[in-house]
Parts: sequence; structure tokens; C-alpha cells
Amino acid sequence: MATFTIKQNIPTRTGFSKGLKQVAQHYPQVVGIGSDITHSVGMDAIAHYFPERFISLGIAEQNAITFAAGLSLTGKIPFVASYATFIVMRALDQLRVSVCYNNLPVKIGGAHAGISVGPDGATHQALEDIAALRALPNITILSPADATQTVKAVWAAVEQTSGPVYIRYGREAMPDFTDENAEFIIGKSQIITEGNHCVIYATGHLVWEAIEAYQILKKEQIYCTVVNIYSIKPIDINTIIQTATTCGCAVTAEEHQIMGGMGSAVLEVLATHKPIPVEMVGMNNCFGESGAPRELMHKYKMDRNAIVEAVKKVLKRK
Amino acid sequence: MEKLLYLQEIAYHIRRDIIEMLAEAGSGHLGGSLGLVDVFTSLYFSEMKHDAQNPMWEERDRLILSIGHVAPVLYATLARAGYFDVNELKTLRKLNSRLQGHPGKDKGLPGIEISSGSLGQGLSISAGIAMGLKINKSSSRVFCICGDGELQEGSIWEAAMAAGHYHLDNLICIVDRNGLQIDGKTSDVMEIEPLSLKWDSFGWHVTVINGNDINQILHTFTKINSVLLKPKVIIAQTSMGKGVPSIENDYRWHGKAPSKTEAEQFLKELEHGYFHY
Repeated sequence: MATFTIKQNIPTRTGFSKGLKQVAQHYPQVVGIGSDITHSVGMDAIAHYFPERFISLGIAEQNAITFAAGLSLTGKIPFVASYATFIVMRALDQLRVSVCYNNLPVKIGGAHAGISVGPDGATHQALEDIAALRALPNITILSPADATQTVKAVWAAVEQTSGPVYIRYGREAMPDFTDENAEFIIGKSQIITEGNHCVIYATGHLVWEAIEAYQILKKEQIYCTVVNIYSIKPIDINTIIQTATTCGCAVTAEEHQIMGGMGSAVLEVLATHKPIPVEMVGMNNCFGESGAPRELMHKYKMDRNAIVEAVKKVLKRK
Repeated sequence: MEKLLYLQEIAYHIRRDIIEMLAEAGSGHLGGSLGLVDVFTSLYFSEMKHDAQNPMWEERDRLILSIGHVAPVLYATLARAGYFDVNELKTLRKLNSRLQGHPGKDKGLPGIEISSGSLGQGLSISAGIAMGLKINKSSSRVFCICGDGELQEGSIWEAAMAAGHYHLDNLICIVDRNGLQIDGKTSDVMEIEPLSLKWDSFGWHVTVINGNDINQILHTFTKINSVLLKPKVIIAQTSMGKGVPSIENDYRWHGKAPSKTEAEQFLKELEHGYFHY
């Protein structure tokens, strides 16, 4: 059985920043758009190292997205990053019409995703961004599990598609555990543990929580397959069908509303290809509040305990 | 003078095309499309650097139609400028047509820079292009066509602020100031005046002109080309429905297409105006 080593605890936004610096170094057409919170969302990688390719647009998300669409029409690959909730929800029509309808290579960084943003409270906790974006044609939605994968997500956004990409990442330091050499391919997923009692489809921060849940359940002789759904759109249909067939029941886990999120995307696949009992871990149709990240993940049932509970529940329905 | 007569003749044909294509389509925006004909004629047949045989020519000036609903004037102008066959205008708004109700880049119609139709976005796109062109050290310009009612969208002013901040003097915004929008007069629906002061305070060079006077339009283009370090706005006062006296300045013709009978009458009015100029 595989082992999982935490290399260090770092935020996925650090991975975004690192990836951005690398692609900017490699591709002169990469430009960065600033929305005032440059450092906080990892855009300082361009502002600091490539100031001539950094364009500050102030606190104006609608203009940031559409301005980026314009830049991309002149051969640039613009990265726009802001807090996920604002860059997606405030500028949703701009994303829909100017970016997605025109299928332009605008790369969007959604920072501070999930409830783990913590003390800032409900206004700043992006828990609806995946649902909003999933319905838009042409866009790719990536939700890397840790900082190492976030670096790869930035590369993938530039090299694996000529269309729009949304990369979702968080603020809190979280375990960095994925293999540096593992592949990261848009439309694929990553099987992290194997077991045939239940499959856990997890994304973002909750991938590590799923691994922790796997360890807890193992002690009770319950063996789970953990699948890291880092590419939410397109989603890895084949792996989902295959693991669902092996396990016969599933749990989905994400730091996002249950309605319309990654879990819903998995359900769309299962309902049409391999209907099995499923339990869903995520935000249950409510807004968050202030608190410490781990306290919030516990209170709103988006942590290892919630996943363990969900696995036990779904096993009874198998 | 000869040039003016030539442009007026083209404008006449574009107006004919618009009336005919809208009657054929059975829906669409007649008033605004007719009002902008003189601006479009001046742009595509005089001012803009472009090549119908090579629509994606790198050095071309770009035209971004922020008010996608006046697509008929863009389509008719592009057809008359040789981008595609004039007969294709008849397919406007029909299934499988390249002439979507609002410009759709995915349908592959030559000369369409970007899909547009959700108001308030074109100026941001234009500013982004203008910035990209500057980074690329290109001398191309961007012409952005906005509506006056559209200026009620907050995102327009985000774009205006950014263009002023970055001194995008390769960006020219033309505001179709016909004073009307779907619900009535802009001054009743939501006042946008003092318009010149607004643009000026955002760092733009402002010119107010008669947007149905080709001579004045051309003269203005020449004049503003020498203005440096500022984006430029031309507030073009136009008449909605220009060329067809019976519907001129009637806001009810903002989003309406003529019936076949109405179209015949409008064409007669248009001919009368043109040949008795």
C-alpha cells in the first residue's frame, strides 16, 4: 500500500505563485493582471520578477476579466487572479460572454477558495465558484490538492489547452504530499489509495482529509480507494466508472457547496454510467462564518471525520 | 467632394441592406443600426486600416462592437467592404447562419473580432487590445462602438478609468449618442449627462460631433490622430432611424424590425432622401 509523506505544510497559493513565475520565465507572452490584492493571491510572482508584464487594474474584477480577454486577442496569455468569490461571481457575465463564448486563453486564479479562509468570514469564503463555472462551455476547471499540484496546474493551464482555465486554490498552509514526478493531465485524476469497500472522490484540500479518513478506516478493516479529482471539468469519466464498479459505493468530498460542485459532476457521470449509492461531503446549503480554518472545517463537516462518517453511512446502503 | 459623394452612396446602400435584411429576418434592431451607418461608412471606407481579403492582417485597426445588437450595420458594412457576399445578409438571425443576432465569433464570419452583445464589456476588451498592441509595439488602433444607454453599465467606467490611467492613445471610443434606449429617453431612464465632463475627468480627450455628418466624422478622425497620451472618445450625436424620416428618433424602433410592407415604404423614404439630397 502506498505511503503518504507530508513534505511540508504550505498553502496552495504558494504553488500558484511558484508556477506563475516558472511559466512567465518560459513564455514571454504570459502577462499578469493585478486586482490590488497582488501579493495575497500569488500574483506577485509576475509583479515582482516581471514588472514590465504586470498590469495593475485596481479593484475592478469585471474590467480585469474583459481587459484580459482583449489582451489575449493580441497574442498574450493573461493570468488574472483575485479572491475566488469575487473574480468568479462579480465577473461571471464577463467570463461567460467575453471569455468562454469567445474561447479565449484567459487563465483565472481563484484564491482563498473554501471555508478554510477562516476568520474573514462568509463574504470571503468561495463556496459556489465551481457550481457557477461548471455550467459555462469551454472552460477548464482545475482544483489541485496541494502546492506541488498547483504548480503543475499553472503549467497545464498554459500548455495543455488554448482555452480558458480556472485554477482554484486556498490560503491556509496545508500538507504538501503529492509526488513531484506524478503526471497532471487536464481531464485525468489520480488514484492515491486502493481498496474495494468504498471509493472517495475528493478535490482540493479535502484530498488530504480523505487520505486521513482512509487511514482511520483502515484500522477498522474498511478499505477505501481515494481518487484525487484535480480536474473537475473535464472530469475523468473512465476512472470514475472503473472505481465505482470496483467499490460499489462512493463518497464525494469538497470544500464547496454540495449543490453544483465536484460531487455533482461525479454524480452526473455515475447516474448515466454506473448508478451506485453515494454520500456527499461539502457545504450543506448555507453560508460560512468567522473562525479558525480547522474549526470551520469541523463545524461545517468538511474534514476527515465527516468523510469517515459518510463512508460508514454509504456502506450501509451498499 | 467626390469622396464625400462616394461615401454617401455607400451609406445609402448599407441603409438599404439593413432595412432589407431586417425585414427578411423578421426581428432585430433597426433604429440604432440605421443611425450608425455614417460612422461605419467613414470607418471602413476611409479611416480604418484593414483588408477584406486578409481579415486577420496583423497590422489592421480593430473594430469592437460593444453594442452587439446593432450587428446589422456591421454586417452590411463588412459585406459592402468585400468581406463576404452581400447575398449572405439575407441569412441574418436564421438557423446555421454566420450572421448571428449578436456577433458570434465562433460562427466564423470574416471581420468579426469578438462575440459581443452583453452590454458594458466592449470597452474593457478594447482597452485590453489597445494595451496588448502597445506592448507589441504595433501602430494599430482600436475603435470601440458603445451606445449611450450602455454607459449606464458600471463596468464601462472601470474600463474608462483603466484606459485613462494607461494613456491608451490608440483607443478610440465612439459613443452612439442618439439619446434613446429601449424604455425611452436616456435622460428619463437614467441620466448620463454631463457626458463630456465625465469622460474628461477620466482622462479622455473628448469631441462631440454630428454623427450623421460624414464630413465632420472624417475631419474629427484626422484631428484626434495627433492627440497623444490620452484615449479618445467621440460623442457622435446621431438620429436613431436616420434616413427614414417616418421613424427617425422614435425609440419604439430601437429593437424592432419592419414588416415587408413597412420595409417597402422605408426604402421609398430612403430613396427619396438620397436622390433629392
